[in-house]
Amino acid sequence: MRSFSYERAASPGAAAAAAAGTANAKFIAGGTNLLDLMKLEIETPAHLIDVNDLALDRIEETADGGLRIGALVRNTDLAADIRVRRDYGVLSRALLAGASGQLRNKATTAGNLLQRTRCPYFYDTNLPCNKRKPGSGCAAIGGFSRQHAVVGVSDACIATHPSDMAVAMRALDAVVETVRPDGTTRSIPIAELHRLPGDSPEIETSLEPGELITAVVLPKPVGGAQAYRKVRDRASYAFALVSVAAIVQRDGTGRVALGGVAHKPWRVEAAEAKLPDGAKAVTARLFADAKPTKDNAYKLPLAERTLAAVLREARA
Amino acid sequence: MRFEHPATFNPIDQLKVIGHPTSRIEGPLKTTGTAPYAYERHDVAANQAYGYVVGSAIGKGRIGSIDLEAAKAAPGVLAIVTSGNAGKLGKGERNAAPLLGGPEIAHYHQAVAIVVAGTFEQARAAAQLVRIDYVKGDGKFDLAAERDKGITPHPSFGGPADTAVGDFASALAGAPVQLDATYTTPDQGHAMMEPHASIAAWDGDKLTVWTSNQMIAWGAEDMAKTLGIPKENVRLVSPYIGGGFGGKLFLRAEVLLAALGARAAGRPVKVALQRPLMFNNTTHRPATIQRIRIGAERDGKITAIGHESWSGNVKDGEPEMAVSQTRLLYAGASRMTATRLAALDLPEGNAMRAPGEASGMMALEIAIDEFADKLGIDPVVLRISNDTQVDPEHPERHFSQRQLVQCLSDGAARFGWDKRNPKPGAVRDGRWLVGMGVAAAFRNNLVAKSAARVRLDQQGIVTVETDMTDIGTGSYTIIAQTAAEMMGVPLDKVAVRLGDSDFPVSCGSGGQWGGNNSTAGVYAACTKLRETIAQKLGFNSAEAVFADGVVRSGNRSVPLAQAAGGGDLVAEDAIEYGDLAKTYQQSTFGAHFVEVGVDADTAEIRVRRMLAVCAAGRILNPKAARSQVIGAMTMGVGAALMEDLVVDKRHGLFINHDLAAYEVPVHADIPHQEMIFLDETDPISSPMKAKGVAELGICGVAAAVANAVYNATGVRVRDYPITLDKLLAGMPV
Ligand SMILES: Cc1cc2nc3c(=O)[nH]c(=O)nc-3n(C[C@H](O)[C@H](O)[C@H](O)COP(=O)(O)OP(=O)(O)OC[C@H]3O[C@@H](n4cnc5c(N)ncnc54)[C@H](O)[C@@H]3O)c2cc1C
Ligand code: SF4
Repeated sequence: MRSFSYERAASPGAAAAAAAGTANAKFIAGGTNLLDLMKLEIETPAHLIDVNDLALDRIEETADGGLRIGALVRNTDLAADIRVRRDYGVLSRALLAGASGQLRNKATTAGNLLQRTRCPYFYDTNLPCNKRKPGSGCAAIGGFSRQHAVVGVSDACIATHPSDMAVAMRALDAVVETVRPDGTTRSIPIAELHRLPGDSPEIETSLEPGELITAVVLPKPVGGAQAYRKVRDRASYAFALVSVAAIVQRDGTGRVALGGVAHKPWRVEAAEAKLPDGAKAVTARLFADAKPTKDNAYKLPLAERTLAAVLREARA
Repeated sequence: MRFEHPATFNPIDQLKVIGHPTSRIEGPLKTTGTAPYAYERHDVAANQAYGYVVGSAIGKGRIGSIDLEAAKAAPGVLAIVTSGNAGKLGKGERNAAPLLGGPEIAHYHQAVAIVVAGTFEQARAAAQLVRIDYVKGDGKFDLAAERDKGITPHPSFGGPADTAVGDFASALAGAPVQLDATYTTPDQGHAMMEPHASIAAWDGDKLTVWTSNQMIAWGAEDMAKTLGIPKENVRLVSPYIGGGFGGKLFLRAEVLLAALGARAAGRPVKVALQRPLMFNNTTHRPATIQRIRIGAERDGKITAIGHESWSGNVKDGEPEMAVSQTRLLYAGASRMTATRLAALDLPEGNAMRAPGEASGMMALEIAIDEFADKLGIDPVVLRISNDTQVDPEHPERHFSQRQLVQCLSDGAARFGWDKRNPKPGAVRDGRWLVGMGVAAAFRNNLVAKSAARVRLDQQGIVTVETDMTDIGTGSYTIIAQTAAEMMGVPLDKVAVRLGDSDFPVSCGSGGQWGGNNSTAGVYAACTKLRETIAQKLGFNSAEAVFADGVVRSGNRSVPLAQAAGGGDLVAEDAIEYGDLAKTYQQSTFGAHFVEVGVDADTAEIRVRRMLAVCAAGRILNPKAARSQVIGAMTMGVGAALMEDLVVDKRHGLFINHDLAAYEVPVHADIPHQEMIFLDETDPISSPMKAKGVAELGICGVAAAVANAVYNATGVRVRDYPITLDKLLAGMPV
């Protein structure tokens, strides 16, 4: 770990301004991802801006019947919130499927959205990785890629985004609220927050330098049967091989987002139109441009089968 | 004390203390966080500095140049040791790859430097400033590709490279029912909770290390040999060990580097091997390719059984003896085994819990299940009908005890095996396809010399000292129980001190030999102490009775404490073994039953029930023994379903080298585990009449899981671990 300077920001605006004004600065929230990466010198910030004291740890109802989730709300608290459990079951379930109780007590809403990939080559600084060291190559391609992305990949990177929470938020059409270093705020639909790897896998989101996430807004409840099904090699404490967030209405329409298959939560609105035709039709469209590796081709049938199970249960 | 004839009645048979499910006597220290583990011994040496290990960034090749300038200039740095300034180093008797690499690199994450600094953070930061240019060599990292170039290894720990009885080839060819199948097991990591950790301090030319090591005498000897100093100058202290599973049998890099770092810095140095280095820097259970051929009559009587195994290792490394059990487990007139070793440049392969049998049973016990399927015979029945009470290679040698049949039949009754539907894929419970599987358990019992010293003081306290270790197994407790039984005192009058090279040399902890041999050594020392006491009191030692804290003979009775009135009475002795291990085959047996559910959609596998029935001699402490077996069953589930050190064949390393990526079972993976010991005493094994049990528990578990998965789905997976991607294509629709 490189030595770094540290400050506690006084307000969201000040945090953003400080981040833009200091070279190589990073926000730190729960620290459950950032600190691990710093110990391995995968992340090497020179300055940390602690955002824990910004009073962003509340969940409030919005005027149009939705929920505004502060960026610092802990995963445990969000999953347990009675309104979330009642109206956004898919989100509560996704959160509880992630990490462990101890980690969820620390992990924050914004930190969870911005957690970095679990590609094992990203974690070994001796090996090539375009995301960690742009231009060095991608060791996962041609290597061990059983966990990696099957769709939206590039020749530069085939990593997945590991968050469970983000997949549910994508299904819920959440909107990310931010403040920029100049003090202006904006709202980013979650679909536009995470990027595909393309030629620059090191750039993972559409956030500008110094831009701070202040909240995530959930639109008013959409009802339906809500499910989050996470498939993994062990029963707990493992990242998804494939996960399915689904909201299915009585009339057979609904929404589907997949985790574990792409560099971002994977949702294709056109695929959802096929929901009444069943899982096969939906995944055929979701994976129309899939480019799996030998190691991870199983994710295609697995996603289809998992979605089929989720739909069956939702309709039961 | 020499043990040359089967044990007769002795004080242990009183079973006043031995055989009781006593809780761990050191348990409160552990549950309150006050058991001093190596890295936490802040008290033992003043002014401790911190070491951080730098591991090689390549799998094979050499260091071209090394630039330490930036690291040396970093804040707090006290010393940096590399092969360039470490001085001449030897190699431990039990190390294959050198612990400090450079300029030649033998494997990935081989230690190439230690950076010592005033704080841990300073050492870590500076370590990342060490600049090394490597010249990559051509390494061999692919076992399957190297398999055919495999050489015949020297006879090693687990037996000769080739064995043959009868005419295997024609017996197989003539058998009406045959099986020829190949199985693979992956490399596996010990993944114990406590990393390799040590503090080293020099006092002139004398070195003391507080470390975490299973085999004190081996460690001290190899440390002396590596440093080129007399053995008397090395003291190794390791009273508490947070798991080892074979990963701490030997001198490892962290302790050597702590010693070198301390010498260079002129201060005590502590080092905990970083978790991401543990999988490639240390040893692991090597992958195997195993071919099994079986021939039988239509009634299931095996006429030919053959087992071949290929594994790889670094130069001077040994093969995985995966064929061992096949020489002994089932009858069959014609038989063969063969072990071949390929030269690989992956990290060093070595012992992990039940080396040999754990891997071998993973393959053999699927093969038996497949064969039962072919024959249309129940797999429990097939195993029972091929039981043998003698060593099949040497029929004049009997097993000292062999209750495999009882384990299988008792287990089958208890588990409800008769409810198993032999047709695969036929049982459904909601979204789960349900299946049952069985496997035999088998692991040899090894005898080894073990010494102890026992002291009686004026308070009547009996203190045992031996360099035996407790790696979480319960050694403290069974040794205390042994001394209490022998000396006729309650447990709270016994103190046990372990894990110090100043103490008499024990068998150490490994190969499930620790429990039986170390307590037998304590038995020997206590026998001697009883004689000393009797003599002191003028008793005829043959008649003296030690019970309730007093010594009685005729109508005289003296409190034990009084015997030590004139000063402590001390006795030291060792158990040493004669030929009984040659005249008899000593092994431990069991049967594992497993029920799994396989998700009909996702093919996720979850274990629903497990039962083990074990017959392993006298169970000295049923609670500790049960903990060992259910822990081993848990590890077996890991081996079956998830554990896999994935080789990157281009870069030559295990790529999933942390605990997020190397998955072992979590609580949610393990259902209720039932485990039963059959009544058994084995007078051939030792005066304790006990045998090993901690490794028996893992042998066969993975195959029982695999067989249950087959029964649930009809998909036969021969390559471990059995993960859902290997099932999907064959899942019943
Ligand atoms: C062993 C392990 C297992 C795990 N398993 C799972 C799992 O199964 N599923 C899953 O979804 N997750 C899993 N996680 C990941 C966990 O969810 C994340 O580590 C956690 O959500 C990160 O939140 P944090 O608040 O600790 O983020 P931090 O580590 O503090 O920050 C993460 C990133 O977000 C940035 N950041 C933080 N707050 C803001 C803000 N307000 N605005 C802008 N940027 C910000 C930081 O600069 C940093 O780059 C696991 C983690 C571990 C260690
Ligand atoms: S997949 Fe992406 S994160 Fe992984 S090695 Fe390639 S570039 Fe790096």
